[in-house]
Amino acid sequence: MDVEILARLQFAVTIGFHYIYPPLSIGLGVLLVIMEGMFLKTGNKVYETMTKFWVKIFSLTFAIGVATGIVMEFEFGTNWATYSRYVGDIFGSALAAEGIFAFFLESGFLAILVFGWNKVSPKMHFFSTIMVALGSMLSAVWIVVANSWQQTPAGYHIVGEGMQARAEITDFWEMVFNPSSIDRLTHVLSGCWQAGAFLVLSVSAYYVLKNRHIDLSLKSIKIALILAAFASLFQLYTGHQSAIGVSETQPAKLAALEAHYDSSAAAALYLFGWVEDDQQEVKFGVAIPGLLSFLISGDFNHPVTGLNAFDPADRPPVNIVFQTYHLMVAIGFALIGISLLGLFLWQRKRLEKTKWYLYILVFSVLLPQAANQLGWISAEVGRQPWIVYNLLRTSDALSKAVDAGQVLFSLILFAIIYIFLFALFLFLLNNKIQHGPERADELSSEYRYQKTIVNKGR
Amino acid sequence: MEFTFDLNTIWFILIGILLSGYAILDGFDLGVGSVYLLIKVDDNRRLALNSIGPVWDGNEVWLVTGGGALFAAFPHVYATVFSGFYTAFMLLLFMLIFRAVAIEFRSKQPMKWWRNMWDRFFSIASILIAFLMGIALGNIVTGIPLGADMEFAGTFLDLISPYTVLVGITTVALFMMHGTIYLTLKTEDLLQGLVRKWSKNAAIFFIICFITLTGATIVFYPKMTDNLMNCPLLFIAVILNLLAIVYTVRETYHSQESRAFVFSSLVILTLMILFAIGIFPNLVLSDPNPEFSLNIYNAASSQKTLKIMLIIAGIGMPFVLAYTITIYRIFRGKVKLESTSY
Ligand code: HDD
Ligand code: HEM
Ligand code: HEM
Repeated sequence: MDVEILARLQFAVTIGFHYIYPPLSIGLGVLLVIMEGMFLKTGNKVYETMTKFWVKIFSLTFAIGVATGIVMEFEFGTNWATYSRYVGDIFGSALAAEGIFAFFLESGFLAILVFGWNKVSPKMHFFSTIMVALGSMLSAVWIVVANSWQQTPAGYHIVGEGMQARAEITDFWEMVFNPSSIDRLTHVLSGCWQAGAFLVLSVSAYYVLKNRHIDLSLKSIKIALILAAFASLFQLYTGHQSAIGVSETQPAKLAALEAHYDSSAAAALYLFGWVEDDQQEVKFGVAIPGLLSFLISGDFNHPVTGLNAFDPADRPPVNIVFQTYHLMVAIGFALIGISLLGLFLWQRKRLEKTKWYLYILVFSVLLPQAANQLGWISAEVGRQPWIVYNLLRTSDALSKAVDAGQVLFSLILFAIIYIFLFALFLFLLNNKIQHGPERADELSSEYRYQKTIVNKGR
Repeated sequence: MEFTFDLNTIWFILIGILLSGYAILDGFDLGVGSVYLLIKVDDNRRLALNSIGPVWDGNEVWLVTGGGALFAAFPHVYATVFSGFYTAFMLLLFMLIFRAVAIEFRSKQPMKWWRNMWDRFFSIASILIAFLMGIALGNIVTGIPLGADMEFAGTFLDLISPYTVLVGITTVALFMMHGTIYLTLKTEDLLQGLVRKWSKNAAIFFIICFITLTGATIVFYPKMTDNLMNCPLLFIAVILNLLAIVYTVRETYHSQESRAFVFSSLVILTLMILFAIGIFPNLVLSDPNPEFSLNIYNAASSQKTLKIMLIIAGIGMPFVLAYTITIYRIFRGKVKLESTSY
């Protein structure tokens, strides 16, 4: 295997693994703010127990997120040196801003969130929770900005020629607000909220089914359902905005998303199908003719640029992009259905009695995770063969000093270590879930946090 | 040396500050890790772990931000060094992963084998991280084979030489001294007595390494002293460095750990300054073709990016310092085991 395939594979494996955890932390962060806020507002100890339980899970996902994130920070340099030289002027500042604005905030206040219960006042603790949640969202901001720039470069000019060429910044804000930043950031963030919300839904539904911690679990389900419903609907909107953006800025990617070949024709929207790239057709597909044209232009007969307009060397691999994209969208609709159904059952006061629905919730935790991975794969594979869209090819972006043997070695080690970590993560997560939240009266009164609340009550 | 105080120089200094911040702060985490296996009782191990519990992640962010800033300000250095030191760097990353998860996982299960396993990971990773970072620093001093295209033209084994290994060991010794001093500050009673003894031994270990390394540098890499010779004013740094070392040892022997800790932080800072003076204005020396060296001009981003980054740092760093100080204040004092501890 050559260096390029191996390096791409390694990047995909390491970032895909990293991306299991940040969405959970980002989503849980928002929920922790709500839970602790409810506690401070109502003084009801159930919310305190709930918060403390989820803080424990949060610190678990956070730790693995940090451990795997550090790899990402340096992997541009180790495996994509030429790309790093090319984009450093632009991209480096986003990465540095992420460190300065986001990671310091997160990691600093995390200390108070996890270890500071009896060291600071309740207000200060709540403030720290908010800062952690904010910090985790800010890290998404900067990294998605950096990634969006390479999808839709803006605010730069090219200096030098041939292999010496590199992009230099001309306008910082144009770089930050490049054409796809906002659409993709909102889409990514709502995907994170879904990941967190469905984790809480899943665990809480499991407790209800097992007849444990009923009161706490039902309260958790309600909090998480609201976030899930909001995020799922918002996801549809932001995804749609992204698709419109892609049609304007990355026509080859859009054509691949729907396997649209013929530029002179209106484009259909497939529900599913299997793309035979050599024959340029979609097998076993069910499509709504003209719908893609309509969605991006408002006209069913509007011709859409097809893959035929591009040199075969400039096309992404169509079937992967098509499949991952369609699965993501299907999951998106499923999540909307599940969360709206939940709100309906809640309103009918039938949540805890509807066993089959609770079973769905237990398994639903996998869906946002899958959609997040699938979404990134379709966005990143759809960008191929470009590493920086229309400017630098992936095959030109590698580290010249690194050979295939070295990458194979590190890739195998990453695979082993990450499988091991993942197994441990599941084991510890399961342990925490089986152990469950501490019962309120078991929370020892060593907490200054608790004492002040009790005093206030008197 | 031509010294002009321009944006490139400012960024050379700022990255130096970030990496010094990292070395001082994560240095004591790594130092605690390096002696951790000497602690035998489980509760004492937990005390040691919790002495760095709330802060180690924040400390590591200095490295992450330093990496990001290097990428932004000197992308060629970022690209050349990390791809050139590929295998060494991957090992470092694996160790950073293991250390992070070991801290988080070890106390999550009561089984003896479980805790022992993570304890070993934690301690070995801490030592290796310090050692590998020392190797990297050593290679900057010795220079590495670079081509005209700025690419590293050697192999993993080229990075290992008696001199670079010596720098690696010295780094371990330095962090060991720094970490044990920190740990005495955070512990009480028997454990504190034990750690206090180790900190005295670590100080001696460091002195021996330091003298050997200084000698070796002057004999084999005299160019590290060129800048000093050209600008005698800089000898202030040398003097401060020596004073800091003497006082660290003195205060350690008088069991005045809070003062010793300030001085050992100064030792790290002054060593970083001396290192920076030694290589300035270069960032990566090319050996054997010095004309291919990466310096703060040929490896830098555009002036515009350097300016933007300066604004970002100017806005961000005061906040960073404010909450770093706040967190350390909140968690000051001796560690106690609680239900939220590791
Ligand atoms: C700031 C930059 C950045 C960010 C935030 C992401 N990526 Fe990316 N990704 C790259 C920068 C990049 C890259 C360095 O540009 C790669 C390496 C090879 C390539 O073509 O692009 C890449 C490739 C790449 C590939 C391989 C595609 C291929 O080679 O065909 C996958 C599957 C992903 N990424 C997945 C992800 C996921 C799951 C992310 C979510 C966290 C993600 N990327 C965020
Ligand atoms: C290639 C791209 C990426 C790089 C270089 C990167 C880098 C990092 C680093 C260095 C850390 C550890 C910070 C610390 O020590 O505290 C980290 C953690 C984190 N990253 Fe990433 N990251 C990437 C992709 C992403 C994406 C796409 C997101 C979110 C959408 C994200 C969100 C987070 C969050 C929230 C954390 C905190 C830990 C956690 O919550 O799991 N990162 N990342
Ligand atoms: C509801 C229907 C959905 C639509 C119409 C939609 C649309 C899109 C489109 C067009 C892209 C490509 C954007 C680009 O390449 O610039 C994308 C990417 C992505 N999607 Fe979705 N999506 C939907 C649901 C979801 C769901 C439910 C999730 C996760 C929970 C998700 C997560 C992602 C992620 C992580 C990316 C990659 C980041 C990005 O490019 O924005 N999507 N989506």
